[in-house]
Amino acid sequence: MPTSALLNAPVPLSWYLILSAILFALGVAGFIFRRNIITVFMSIELMLNAVNLSFVTFSYQFKTVDGHIYSFFVMVVAAAEAAVGLAIILTVFKNRSTLMIDEVNSMKY
Amino acid sequence: MAFVLLTTLAYLQWIERKVIAHVQLRVGPYRVGPHGLMQPLADVIKLITKEGLIPSHVNKLFYLMAPFVAVALALTSISVIPFGPEIKIGPVDTWMQLTDLRIGVLFVLAVSSIGVYGVALGGWASNNKYSLLGGLRSSAQMISYELPLALAVAAPLLLANTLSFREMVNYQSGYWLGFIPRWNLFPEILGFIVFLIASFAETNRVPFDLPEAENELVAGFHTEYSSMNFAAFFMAEYANMVTVTAVATLLFLGGWQPPFPEPYSDFVPILLFAVSGLIALYHGLNPARRMDKFTLPATALLFLGIAAIFGLSLFVPLAKPILMALFWFCGKILVLLFIFIWVRATLPRFRYDQLMRFAWTGLFPLSMFNLLATSLIVALTTK
Amino acid sequence: MTAIIFILFAVIAVFCGINLVVQTHPIASALSLIGVMGSLAVLYLQLGGEFIAAAQVIVYAGAIMVLFIFVIMLLNAGAEPASFQISRFVKYFGVLLLAAFLGLISFIIQALLPKTEGVLFGTFQGTTLDVGRKLFTSYLLPFEVTSVLILIALVGAIVLARKEI
Repeated sequence: MPTSALLNAPVPLSWYLILSAILFALGVAGFIFRRNIITVFMSIELMLNAVNLSFVTFSYQFKTVDGHIYSFFVMVVAAAEAAVGLAIILTVFKNRSTLMIDEVNSMKY
Repeated sequence: MAFVLLTTLAYLQWIERKVIAHVQLRVGPYRVGPHGLMQPLADVIKLITKEGLIPSHVNKLFYLMAPFVAVALALTSISVIPFGPEIKIGPVDTWMQLTDLRIGVLFVLAVSSIGVYGVALGGWASNNKYSLLGGLRSSAQMISYELPLALAVAAPLLLANTLSFREMVNYQSGYWLGFIPRWNLFPEILGFIVFLIASFAETNRVPFDLPEAENELVAGFHTEYSSMNFAAFFMAEYANMVTVTAVATLLFLGGWQPPFPEPYSDFVPILLFAVSGLIALYHGLNPARRMDKFTLPATALLFLGIAAIFGLSLFVPLAKPILMALFWFCGKILVLLFIFIWVRATLPRFRYDQLMRFAWTGLFPLSMFNLLATSLIVALTTK
Repeated sequence: MTAIIFILFAVIAVFCGINLVVQTHPIASALSLIGVMGSLAVLYLQLGGEFIAAAQVIVYAGAIMVLFIFVIMLLNAGAEPASFQISRFVKYFGVLLLAAFLGLISFIIQALLPKTEGVLFGTFQGTTLDVGRKLFTSYLLPFEVTSVLILIALVGAIVLARKEI
């Protein structure tokens, strides 16, 4: 039956990469256009997630788990970066009392 | 299956109230139905018919989403718990489990990690500074204790070399010296204790129930919730308790396997129910209270009936593995739940800074030491 | 079946991504990011990465995002005020242009990739056994280095956030 063949058809690999590209572009857009520093950080995490998807997709193509391992390291680095970055945000907030990045525009307060 | 589960959760609350009452030398729910058995039903009716108040300045989407998320996740993690071995019902060979994932243990850890959001969002969405603080503290407590929990779980995984629950239980089959069961409890006693303590904190139970007790002292993360939303949070807590005790049973206590070899352990349920039925019958002949003239013999009849069912199932090859496995599994879960309730009736609660200090400087090094010792022994003894 | 699940969760991921960029309140953005991570975990499961899917949910959605939500609640971050006014024409025309650009990029990607097989759930299984074995043999040095990295991040975060907030 044609519908069952359609239902069980494999998904082309390029669709996953296009999805990764779209998510990465959305991350870049958030990074450039948003002013709240926490939202900027979350856009960075979105970019890292998109890259993870690319890694896992290519790992499927070559049928090895190396891509999974790279993706695992990306997650670890993202965790470390999020921890230190949020600590820096807390310190900046304590000193400047603002979270908008265009108000933190001079070294001297 | 879902209906049985939800009724069990409601009656778990009845068991808890009765046990705490008897520890405190009082009777507990007594008037609503014989010995308070209809109390959960009365509570459910009360909670459903109460006015569902949504305060005016809350963030409605998150306010309504938080208890839903909590309950949904708590019930999801029960789907990978196996209740028994492979059985044959008619032509179908099936396991007594909803689905066996190859990464079953990781799935339960993942679902409990996301369960933190139910509490955090509930606290934040209530637009109330006490709620916010309660929600923050509770989620900080839950993620701090997730670390010793995961490390304590990792040690039996090293021994059994698998992540799925089914193979974990199969690894624990067999007996040393013919009569000591090969449970993970005996090599991993430290891991079991760490797991139990960490699971008290994960489910927000005494002595770690500061987020709930703030409800009595100041306020907690569910202070602005009423009727069914409130009930949802408590149902999520009991479901989490059941999940955590089920995981402890599967990882450390050998799942559905009896503690001593097969032909002798089949008589345990029969003896247990028959003896309790006879005791109830004996007390029913000289009852202390007027109502007991009816309820105690009724209970005796019920227990003797269950003993008869277990006895009959010895002769029916179809029902025997189902009933025996269910008896041992539910028996072990009930023993662990009794320990949970017993600790609640006995211990005072930790202050928040003592709680966090205990997690990071007490439990975490202990669980890490346990994992290191286990991995050293495994590495030295395998070729 | 694979295609249906892929389309469903890809649409959810893109929708949550757009939500992340568009929402003014940081908590709404954080929850959208959790939605993206959840749908990506399902896509990893489809691609056979069961360990990575579980790690994504446990580490990313269950720990890192909780950290984000803590900081947002602690700092009591409010909704961001609107910065500048965009005319309606620019908004609609911009979306159209963006869609056209995306279509062009997708066509190029699809034409460039060789005609490999598609993705079917179950063809490849990145079991925890394989991942663990590779992690501790071929990739042992990066593994140990990342543990030192986490130690550095731990010490840095504690030193930075040590004074009373």
